[in-house]
Amino acid sequence: MQDVNWTALTIFVLLFAFITWLGFAAANWRRGDLDLLHEWGLGGRRFGTFVTWFLIGGDLYTAYTFIAVPALAFGAGAVAFFAVPYTIVAYPIFFLVFPRIWYVCHKHHYITAGDFVRGRFGNRWLALAVTVTGIVATMPYIALQLVGLQVVIGALGVSGTGLAADLPLVIAFVILAAFTYSSGLRAPASIAIVKDLLIYLTAFAAVIAIPIQLGGFGKIFAAVPAQKLLLATPGPNTTGAYSAYATLALGSALALFLYPHSMTGILSASSGRAVRRNAALLPGYSFMLGLLALVGFFALAAGVAGLPEFAAGFKQFGNNFAVPALFLHSFPSWFVGIAFAAIGIGALVPAAIMSIASANLYTRNIHREFINPNPTDKQEAQMAKWVSLIVKFGALVFIVFVPTQFAIYLQLLGGIWIIQTLPSVILGAYTRWFNDWALLVGWAVGIIVGTAMAAAVNLTPTFPLQIAGFTFPGYTALYTVILNVIVAAVLTPVFNALTAQRTPFDETAASDYYA
Amino acid sequence: MLEAGKKRGGWSWWYLLLLIQFVAVLWPPFFNRTEPHWVGMPFFYWYQLLWVIIGAVLTAIVYFVTEQ
Repeated sequence: MQDVNWTALTIFVLLFAFITWLGFAAANWRRGDLDLLHEWGLGGRRFGTFVTWFLIGGDLYTAYTFIAVPALAFGAGAVAFFAVPYTIVAYPIFFLVFPRIWYVCHKHHYITAGDFVRGRFGNRWLALAVTVTGIVATMPYIALQLVGLQVVIGALGVSGTGLAADLPLVIAFVILAAFTYSSGLRAPASIAIVKDLLIYLTAFAAVIAIPIQLGGFGKIFAAVPAQKLLLATPGPNTTGAYSAYATLALGSALALFLYPHSMTGILSASSGRAVRRNAALLPGYSFMLGLLALVGFFALAAGVAGLPEFAAGFKQFGNNFAVPALFLHSFPSWFVGIAFAAIGIGALVPAAIMSIASANLYTRNIHREFINPNPTDKQEAQMAKWVSLIVKFGALVFIVFVPTQFAIYLQLLGGIWIIQTLPSVILGAYTRWFNDWALLVGWAVGIIVGTAMAAAVNLTPTFPLQIAGFTFPGYTALYTVILNVIVAAVLTPVFNALTAQRTPFDETAASDYYA
Repeated sequence: MLEAGKKRGGWSWWYLLLLIQFVAVLWPPFFNRTEPHWVGMPFFYWYQLLWVIIGAVLTAIVYFVTEQ
């Protein structure tokens, strides 16, 4: 590994110290009683359009995104750009569905997707399925944030042997755990503003300064090998890379807002109007993500993989080292400190929100539902605070002791699993037509078949679906959620006939879903 | 009463405007080529980045016309 970059490290540590202070101070921001779960875990539902924009943006565009998307462009080329259509189609879905969910959750004081499904369908087992899926899909996601942090700490030249090698990571996580425990969602909401400003600064500097150094976009794209520049044209009898690209984008977009941390970000908004406005404003981040994907090509054009000073970094972190190496190569040390701090803080914000979201789910839909049905408000909030600690500690242990590749595999499976809650949550926001047990069977079929399909292709995202001699390679999550909806739709009339229930349970009314 | 409820909480034909971006960016044959370049960027890349902006504008239009 290269020597410690003291200038960059100093700026990195100073910025971390600042957000640590901010995280604790946030407890007093829009002050509320943090012994209430909706105050700790949803910031008292007090965030307007502006804060919500930073919070959801800081939540969805994670450190891992900033490392992994350019790394994919660097390694695999054009296919990495699927992240752009993904975020383009995500927001219309957000616009149509999530204001409805915000209104109904606000009206009935729901804090999680599990609460909503419990109230809408009156089936605690269906709510449990949604809850467990959310928690299990989130855990590896938190672990991956740590990978982003690990890469930048390594790139700063901080290294050690044995357990000392992980010490900086442990320190960062103890800080994160402490301010999340004491300030709840207010901490990541305030830090998200700092994080996003730093990320924007870094992204624009990268997209303006580096192409000038490299002699313009023309030269950069000329350095990209032809087979990486575009998607491969499909051969006969297959839709090839085209269907893979489109289904990855659409499936990822459908899954995105089902993740518990997205739901937490949305529900913390102060009004349905703030949610709607954000659907129109959040594409600001998509543009930046597209620019960042191009940074992977900058790294190719700059030839950082061939430079001897980065050999050790690429050996340790693989293509994930492409962006840090490019920044070290192109920026002065002080700006490297800012850029790396942006990525590092970009790991803490989503990790905090994810752990809060998981804690809310456990507290509301497992502990309260199955273990202690009548907690005091204080007990409930206290339980969530402890669970947020346990969740983060679990992610830390995972990343220190288990190879990174497992976290990546689990995160991939997590996408396939979380999308199976779509019929209950997204379709549930529009209709109570589905039978709750039919939804549960559809969910189980989606989870089992999706996992089996992913295993059959060695845990890669796309599955070559064969129909009548024709091959449609596509995102397993999208294929299996279609199966899930079909199963639920076919079983609904069957189960309705069997139970002979005249009016299905539903504590929400049609008018609860809008202003 | 029922009419008003439908108008505010239910469907608006303006929402169909949002479909355009799905078609534009989820059909790779439209854009999987290098020509024409723009400031040195192949078509594949600038086309999709341009649709981020168009998509945001479309969503903003739908927001304003469906707001009351």
